[in-house]
Amino acid sequence: MGLMNNHGVLERHSLLLTIGILVVVSIGGIIQMAPLMYMDNTIEKVDGMRPYTPLELKGRDIYIREGCYVCHSQMVRPLRDEVERYGHYSLAAESMYDHPFQWGSKRTGPDLARVGGKYSAEWQVDHLIDPRALVPESIMPPYAFLMDKTLKYDAIEDRLRTERLVGVPYSDEMIANAKGHILAQADPNDKGFDYYDSLMALYEGAAGREGTVEARDWDGDPDTITEMDALVAYLQMTGTLVDFSTYQADDLSNRR
Amino acid sequence: MTQLGGAVRRGNTTSIFTVGALTSVFLFLALLMGSFAQDAAMEYQALTFMALAGAFLVGTALWAGGLVDRDPFDEAEYENTLIKFGVAASMFWGIAGLLVGVIIALQLTWPNLFYFPELGWTNFGRLRPLHTSAVIFAFGGNVLLATSFYVVQRTCRTRLAGGMWPWFVFWGYQIFIVLAATGYLMGVTQSKEYAEPEWYVDLWLTLVWVVYLLVFLGTLWKRKEPHIYVANWFYLSFIVTIAMLHIVNNLSIPVSLTGSKSVQVFAGVQDAMTQWWYGHNAVGFFLTTGFLAIMYYFIPKRVNRPVYSYRLSIVHFWSLIFIYIWAGPHHLHYTALPQWAQTLGMTFSIMLWMPSWGGMINGVMTLSGAWDKLRTDPVVRMMVVSLAFYGMATFEGPLMSVRAVNALSHYTEWGIGHVHSGALGWVGYISFGALYCLTPWLYKKQGLFSKSLVEWHFWISTIGIIFYMISMWFAGIMEGLMWRAYNEYGFLEYSFVETVEAKHISYIIRMVGGLLYFSGAVIMAYNLIRTALGHGEAKDLERAATDTYTNPEPRGALAPAE
Repeated sequence: MGLMNNHGVLERHSLLLTIGILVVVSIGGIIQMAPLMYMDNTIEKVDGMRPYTPLELKGRDIYIREGCYVCHSQMVRPLRDEVERYGHYSLAAESMYDHPFQWGSKRTGPDLARVGGKYSAEWQVDHLIDPRALVPESIMPPYAFLMDKTLKYDAIEDRLRTERLVGVPYSDEMIANAKGHILAQADPNDKGFDYYDSLMALYEGAAGREGTVEARDWDGDPDTITEMDALVAYLQMTGTLVDFSTYQADDLSNRR
Repeated sequence: MTQLGGAVRRGNTTSIFTVGALTSVFLFLALLMGSFAQDAAMEYQALTFMALAGAFLVGTALWAGGLVDRDPFDEAEYENTLIKFGVAASMFWGIAGLLVGVIIALQLTWPNLFYFPELGWTNFGRLRPLHTSAVIFAFGGNVLLATSFYVVQRTCRTRLAGGMWPWFVFWGYQIFIVLAATGYLMGVTQSKEYAEPEWYVDLWLTLVWVVYLLVFLGTLWKRKEPHIYVANWFYLSFIVTIAMLHIVNNLSIPVSLTGSKSVQVFAGVQDAMTQWWYGHNAVGFFLTTGFLAIMYYFIPKRVNRPVYSYRLSIVHFWSLIFIYIWAGPHHLHYTALPQWAQTLGMTFSIMLWMPSWGGMINGVMTLSGAWDKLRTDPVVRMMVVSLAFYGMATFEGPLMSVRAVNALSHYTEWGIGHVHSGALGWVGYISFGALYCLTPWLYKKQGLFSKSLVEWHFWISTIGIIFYMISMWFAGIMEGLMWRAYNEYGFLEYSFVETVEAKHISYIIRMVGGLLYFSGAVIMAYNLIRTALGHGEAKDLERAATDTYTNPEPRGALAPAE
């Protein structure tokens, strides 16, 4: 075989071999990844998606920090049992502002793509403090320490600016009022009172419908904004943004 | 430093100064980042880096100062000391990583005993990345560093290129491991599986990796053999491709140059595709081609037979690396990833079965004419059994990549079982085989301290793997079926937590399997230490010069067939 005999050239020239390797291993990745960046039908057209509020974003950072993704997926597959257990199958649009994505790869615990609103905030807090007090068979670690940790958000404006740099549509107003919005979403009746209207106007405005931002004391401790506040605020909104009453699953452009 | 320069008179020692200067620059950067740190984690990470890089600089200075007029990079000798360090580091991280694995298995089995409500850093979510990174990158990575540096010297019949630079690669890599591991415990992670370290650790690894590539290529460039041996093709593809994967998957923008947090450039579906392109090829190019290189050198050397087929090596190499890179989307079946990408991933995953088995056949058939060694040499048996596990895992993988099978297997313990049959069986055993070979070779001993301890290791850990695999197959298929089970009224039969409860027995068996495997590794470490000390059957070789150019390798086993 001629091809085989010519292989000696590569075996005698390390740079040719290196370039050959680089070319051969680049092809598959380019063909699979590049089209996803520009094809219009990669992400469905939906109503209701908005950027995370600063408090939800901080909560999501805690979700990532604690490694929740190693046991919980956020990707409901379009299979009968999953749709019945967890809710509507996940859309690409629902993670379009997720840098990084949190689809997960393992369900040691249940999927969390649509856990928002499934339980009360009080249940979430009690469950995070001591999972086995509520679900005796659970094997989840306890997260009681989140109650003792005050949420740090000194650099929240930089954080939102970086998100905007990679394409999340935070407006100047959202960035300028980020600290106030955190107060407003975790303590709307007292410390955050002055920012409540701005929070609602900006983020519900971005979503295009009402009822997409919830503001309250999340963890039963109104005096301090803790990491528990942020995490539960995030959990309670996951999977609740998209308006499925206007979503056309059968539309050709939404097929995948 | 001038005094140090005066002390080193002979040989090319400029590399000592350039390595020292580069490390000092980074030490200074770490000082700046630590001083202006935005968060406590960054402060600790900077301090850790400064302590380790400082120790490296001081150690290097003391060592170089003590050289007097000895050339530390004598071209007439192989660099062996570095490989000894690599073997020790492999064994150390291997035991550490396996121990963390046993701990997290215990946590899932008896959560009330192994979780501590006030010690958040001991939770499963932080320890699992520690376990995976420790076994893959710390253990596996050190095995690959050590064996690649050993093999490239022998097959090129020349000393490692770059003088001090290979040492920079080794210590730089250890610093990467410590930064990543301590970061996980503090919650510093970007949550991309097997790529968890944050931006600054990624940049440091990139630097170390580029130097690694240059050292490897530099050694190839000054080779005294006309042909590049097949093991080096595999090492080269591992180094080059991991660089590409690492850079693209970690594209992120730091929130602050003195803070630990960064934001990924890609989002959602694109980020998922990039991550699993990376994730699957970390398996393909870190855990497969790197360790196939070990197969292509250590099996022929150990059984003293040439590789079964040169042509099969060529076909194996190019088809494997071409096809592997496409397989990533099989991690994303039925997700929001467009179906065309899923179908491509599945198709190439099935095709991947053939080059995988071609490589396995090339390794196993190398024993032609030396099959008796399976019975007489437990180290050979370990390496051949590793190929059997490789064959099994690379059959199971394509099977699980079929969408219909994946609908059941994905998100379940079946995936965990699959990974571990590959990791414990294939990667673990081929690595153990290489370390068992290397230790007597490096310390110039006639053999290992105790062959029967190798037998104990082999059987204890093989039983451990079987416990692990079977319990996870059982748990995974069971929970997959329970999740989709309906009762006679058309409702879901089981709540989620019932499926968790049902896995308890499997978790116990898995933990026992892991503990057995861990015990085997401890026995191995003991055996290797006693071998290095020259105890038992590890008597000194009479001719100490076996490893220099005056007495080169027997050409027969490794000569390229032409």
